[in-house]
Amino acid sequence: MAKITYKHPNGTETIVDVAAPNTVMRGAKTNNIDGIEAQCGGSAQCGTCHVYVDEANTLPLPEMHESEDEVLYGTACPRRDNSRLSCQLPVSEEIDGLVVHLPEAQS
Amino acid sequence: MAGAREGTARSTAGRTAGEHGAPDVVVVGAGQGGVETVAALRARGFPGRITLVAEETALPYQRPPLSKGYLLGTVDRAGLELRPDDFFSALDIDLVRGDRAAGIDRDRGAVELDSGRELPYGRLVLATGSRPRRLPVAGADLEGVRTLRSLAGADELRGRLTDGRELDVVVVGAGFLGLELAATARTLGHRVTVVEASARVMSRVVTEAVSEHVAAEHRGQGVRVLTRREVVALHGGTGPEDPGHVRVVELDGGERLAADLVVVGIGALPNVELATAAGLLVGDGVIVDPRLRTSDPDVYAVGDCARFPSPWTGRHVRLESVQNASDQARRVAADILGETGPYTALPWFWSEQYGLRLQMAGLTAGHDEAVVAGDPDAGRFSVFCFRAGRLTGVESVNRPADHGISRRLLASGTDLTPRDVARPGFDLRAHAQQRSAPPAQQAPAAQHAERPVHA
Ligand SMILES: Cc1cc2nc3c(=O)[nH]c(=O)nc-3n(C[C@H](O)[C@H](O)[C@H](O)COP(=O)(O)OP(=O)(O)OC[C@H]3O[C@@H](n4cnc5c(N)ncnc54)[C@H](O)[C@@H]3O)c2cc1C
Ligand code: FES
Repeated sequence: MAKITYKHPNGTETIVDVAAPNTVMRGAKTNNIDGIEAQCGGSAQCGTCHVYVDEANTLPLPEMHESEDEVLYGTACPRRDNSRLSCQLPVSEEIDGLVVHLPEAQS
Repeated sequence: MAGAREGTARSTAGRTAGEHGAPDVVVVGAGQGGVETVAALRARGFPGRITLVAEETALPYQRPPLSKGYLLGTVDRAGLELRPDDFFSALDIDLVRGDRAAGIDRDRGAVELDSGRELPYGRLVLATGSRPRRLPVAGADLEGVRTLRSLAGADELRGRLTDGRELDVVVVGAGFLGLELAATARTLGHRVTVVEASARVMSRVVTEAVSEHVAAEHRGQGVRVLTRREVVALHGGTGPEDPGHVRVVELDGGERLAADLVVVGIGALPNVELATAAGLLVGDGVIVDPRLRTSDPDVYAVGDCARFPSPWTGRHVRLESVQNASDQARRVAADILGETGPYTALPWFWSEQYGLRLQMAGLTAGHDEAVVAGDPDAGRFSVFCFRAGRLTGVESVNRPADHGISRRLLASGTDLTPRDVARPGFDLRAHAQQRSAPPAQQAPAAQHAERPVHA
């Protein structure tokens, strides 16, 4: 179980508990957080689950593999250094307290 | 949102409106389109009553993994679910499972279910999907002849493909679905033959370059790929043990293929019966306007069952893809909330076969020029399709960055020319980065796509 904070572009935030095994993407879908579409269902194909990990994050996140890196070049909102595909971020106690920022648009 | 509520209340005068003044919404079909419609309504604050009618008893699920990871065994059932069990009740969505919408009474604004239950609506959304086309030859109803659409069907197919025996599998139709099934069956160790009537695989939806690459991949994996061949009949066994079970696929020209399992993937037909019986305008899909409203403005249609005017082709099309169902669902949810507007989302699609990632952005049917960029020999390339010099679609093989950037370029309009792409060392990433200022919005080019594009 991990507490994940999803910050919306309008300044509000949604904080939810997400159980493992799940991803940060799944956590958003489960809680009907509108800012994540995830059309490909988590297979790193669509780039519509884009998030910006909070700049101050110190929690350990998995290395980015090549296909995630490639998909991030085509997201609707510009890629930044802290861009990730939320479907590639598995939830575990290690990331309890993770804060992600939702982009203005996913598609 | 207050203005939005006023809007819906006004236009549903005389219709069922709940305590919030919002219309009662009924959605028929709990697949990709239906589920995304109800989820988007609640996410955007829709306060009214929502009922989602699901013919299937399974919790609403995603179909793409059925022919890929789920059949292979790398995705489990929980991984298929569109939303978890408690999602619908938590959002006060009445999910009616295992019941079917049997009729629509448009005069009274009510949907009648098989169970006899009646659901009054102010707004109705048809998201009934499509069903596999049957093989129109003798023997098509023998045991061991299957199509794939549902979870129940995938479970049966998986049972056959994983019971320890090595089977002769014949896949009829080399569209995306047929080829994904062939790849999965081959990966599971079966002897696989694909029979395709047209000259090349996926001929309706991809260019020759991609077609050839994919066919070569299948052949390299040990699949027999037959093109320009038609199945004329299926025959049962001659032994006393299985007269009702398919054993032979007969092709034109007389060739007979051994078959323990025949999987048919020759396209899908939209589920329009409800709409037809209700007197709505229908013709290879439920016909909708740019706002995705049927000939009755209180009734919308989305996803595989809807035939809509596409700004990308200049004519009505019916698309079978997750993108289309999801984006149309969101558009309809917004429309119901009073944010009216046309549906204009750029179509895109993906498929996975073995390790190949195929991604299509835009619609390439009707292109007059195709330029390949990247490294086809290494299995990483994209095909840029132009019509009258304008980019209309891009097909990518193992080039996800090209795909994503193409989607952006196509959606916002681009002046990329065939000559740019043909230049040695062309790199779409670099091209996109160079152009800091977005180009002026252009009207999407008209092209031809009369048939459902993704099957
Ligand atoms: C095996 C397979 C693999 C696919 N792979 C991909 C892929 O890789 N990428 C991609 O983009 N797309 C893929 N697709 C296509 C994609 O899944 C569909 O386009 C999408 O599911 C369409 O959504 P929909 O809501 O229109 O229809 P569906 O998801 O089919 O949902 C329609 C639902 O309505 C129900 N229904 C119908 N009539 C009634 C009634 N009268 N009352 C109650 N319920 C009713 C049906 O039972 C069904 O559950 C695939 C499809 C299949 C079958
Ligand atoms: S859900 Fe599609 S890339 Fe993450």
